[in-house]
Amino acid sequence: MQDKKPKNVFREGAISSDFIGNSIYKHQTKTSIGAHNIFLGQVRADEIDGKIVSAIEYTAYEDMANQKFHDIRESAFEKFELTCMHIYHSLGTVKAGEICLFVFVSSPRRKVVFEALEYIVEAIKAGVPVFGKEIFEDETHQWKVNS
Amino acid sequence: MLITIKYFGQIAEVTAKQEEQIEIEETSISKLLELLYSKYDGLKSKDFQIAQNQELVSLEGEITGAEIAILPPFAGG
Repeated sequence: MQDKKPKNVFREGAISSDFIGNSIYKHQTKTSIGAHNIFLGQVRADEIDGKIVSAIEYTAYEDMANQKFHDIRESAFEKFELTCMHIYHSLGTVKAGEICLFVFVSSPRRKVVFEALEYIVEAIKAGVPVFGKEIFEDETHQWKVNS
Repeated sequence: MLITIKYFGQIAEVTAKQEEQIEIEETSISKLLELLYSKYDGLKSKDFQIAQNQELVSLEGEITGAEIAILPPFAGG
């Protein structure tokens, strides 16, 4: 199912396991699907110069980001035989250990979902204007850069 | 020409604001950057890309849009 208008991909705060579980549950009625694949981005408690990251505070150029998510979605539907696709990204504070990105792809066949998921996640990392402030336990911060 | 400039992440820390409107005569992005460098100490040493009307543009380009954004490195996911 393709949408013409960009959806809002962003959710305030962490993406809960209830929300993720419920998304899986909702696909039980779509019986043409034979394979799902899920990517969950989790905030890592990196140690940098002896200080531990306790959370990431996400901000975004929201209009452009939603348009980029939409473009990635359209191009993934063109490239791969997908039944459906869902992307959710956090804004605001997400603590270490919590989920900040949830990408969910579904297809009749398994091979497609492995390739599609990697394509989508890499495109998000490279091309969507989301910014992350890594907050340390002592409340100082540094800015995250995707490698 | 009146343009809106948006700042994000560590760029907004340097400018101490998230958005402003500027009346400019210059029409090239490099001229606009010179203006911003003189206005904000420390901006020149930052790594960033520029978006015009929500599309990334080259620093050598012309200003054609009403909304310019200065975007620090992306960190989604």
